[in-house]
Amino acid sequence: MVRNNRTVRSVRAVWMTLLMLFLYAPILVMIALSFNASVSRSQWTGFTLDWYVKLFHDPAILGALRTTIEVAVIATVISTVIGTLGAIGMHAMNAGMANVLINVSYLPMTTPDIVTGVSLMLMYLFCHVPLGKWTMIMAHIAFDIPYVLFSVMPKLKQMNPNLYEAALDLGCHPVKALYKVIIPEITPGIFTGALLAFTMSLDDFVISYFTSSDMYPNLSRIVYASTKLGVKPTMYALSTLMFATILILLILVNKRTKLENL
Amino acid sequence: MKRSWYATPYALWMLLFAVVPLLFVCWYAFTTPDGAFTTANFREFAKPRYVGVILRSLKLALYCTAVCLVIGYPTAWFLAGRGFNHAQSLVVLILLPMWMNLLLRTYAMMTLLDDNGVLNAALQALGLGKIHIIGTEGAVLMGLVYNYLPFMVLPIYTVLKKMDYSVIEAAEDLGCNPLRVFTRVVIPMSVPGIVSGVTMVFMPAVTSFAISTLLSNGKLRLAGDLIDYIFNQSSNPNRWNIGSSFSLMMLVLILISIGFLRKVDPDSEGGGMW
Repeated sequence: MVRNNRTVRSVRAVWMTLLMLFLYAPILVMIALSFNASVSRSQWTGFTLDWYVKLFHDPAILGALRTTIEVAVIATVISTVIGTLGAIGMHAMNAGMANVLINVSYLPMTTPDIVTGVSLMLMYLFCHVPLGKWTMIMAHIAFDIPYVLFSVMPKLKQMNPNLYEAALDLGCHPVKALYKVIIPEITPGIFTGALLAFTMSLDDFVISYFTSSDMYPNLSRIVYASTKLGVKPTMYALSTLMFATILILLILVNKRTKLENL
Repeated sequence: MKRSWYATPYALWMLLFAVVPLLFVCWYAFTTPDGAFTTANFREFAKPRYVGVILRSLKLALYCTAVCLVIGYPTAWFLAGRGFNHAQSLVVLILLPMWMNLLLRTYAMMTLLDDNGVLNAALQALGLGKIHIIGTEGAVLMGLVYNYLPFMVLPIYTVLKKMDYSVIEAAEDLGCNPLRVFTRVVIPMSVPGIVSGVTMVFMPAVTSFAISTLLSNGKLRLAGDLIDYIFNQSSNPNRWNIGSSFSLMMLVLILISIGFLRKVDPDSEGGGMW
């Protein structure tokens, strides 16, 4: 659309530079401050790894780290199994029924996080289920499943439908045909879905906030609580590590798909 | 066993953890703590202390959407430009912060804007003096824009990228000057992307939680923070009911936006992200 003349090119360069500055300045400042020897937020007094050392000696943070990883791993495994089986099942259904079920997956994706969080909290409280790690895991599974579903579905559509039929005709048991024929064909989709689910789980704050309690905080909860007590450089170190982790996960996902296709 | 049965755990899980919880919200929204039907919970909106918060949420969400459009449209337009080699990597760079924890992004913004933060240090070094921005609506607006800008850029970019370039050439051949090409051809053709982007920014902005509290030192609450606040009012016996009615209103507002989006952009040409 844009003609490639010199004015347009220079305006574009300036515009993009300013935009990148706006998007990345806060993150880069935070990363820089996590290595700053002083507690000050504007003075650089030298490089240090003290905040990272402190971070790994803080039992509260280590506990939260364990909770976060535990929740993400369990939620990813369960949601990957349920989501993959769901995709396979829906693929074999008539279009009308499958559409209804697929639309259910859009529900958690379009409902505002705060409403999802509050609704789950109400259900748990009504059923007298104490909020904790497992209530959080159940919620995470629910919002992870759609990501798995939407990663696996396209792979199933690309698959040759005759392969499964051929396996059955040749006397293969349906369950065996599932893991001998279908699963190998859709493995890339399953893996992408699992990675996405894991990223979403690590990343979540709002839904976890409403479905867990201070007894079992995850990392987001610790960060949120600490903002009320004033900013601590250890939190910058923690944020930097979380950012780096998400970045690595996304590079992995991006290698498998294109981010903007999600 | 028929293959369609494999979807059973999926159907059950989504029913129990996505559909049923929303029914609980509806139930609580329309009942008193004793379980009797009422619509009084919705009348709480009219109370001055709540109405101010709701109006502020709508106002800031609208401002945020407008600013995102003003920044996002030219960005998408530049990115979709022909022969722009770095477009792909820039799109990924723009989307990247979106995947970062909302809290961390806001926390980073807080650090930057603080009275003793890097922004003020930089301004002072330039001899421009300090500005006080943290705690104001300006800071909250910046935080919202920072968080939701990618949602505006992506759908517009997708639409512009798919646009048939020969239409533009035709307009030029027929004597249209570049400005008219832009206003009469490019903008009308990118309407689905604009609508998509506006909805994708407005929806999370109006329901945003924590961003405003953090950037205003707890002084300015938005609708999302209000829901949290109501549910935590331990002295109020109606808190679940009132909180639910607020959540339900929020959900209805979002559903209306989505309905509007579907109507303007039925094939989701705007490349909605979800």
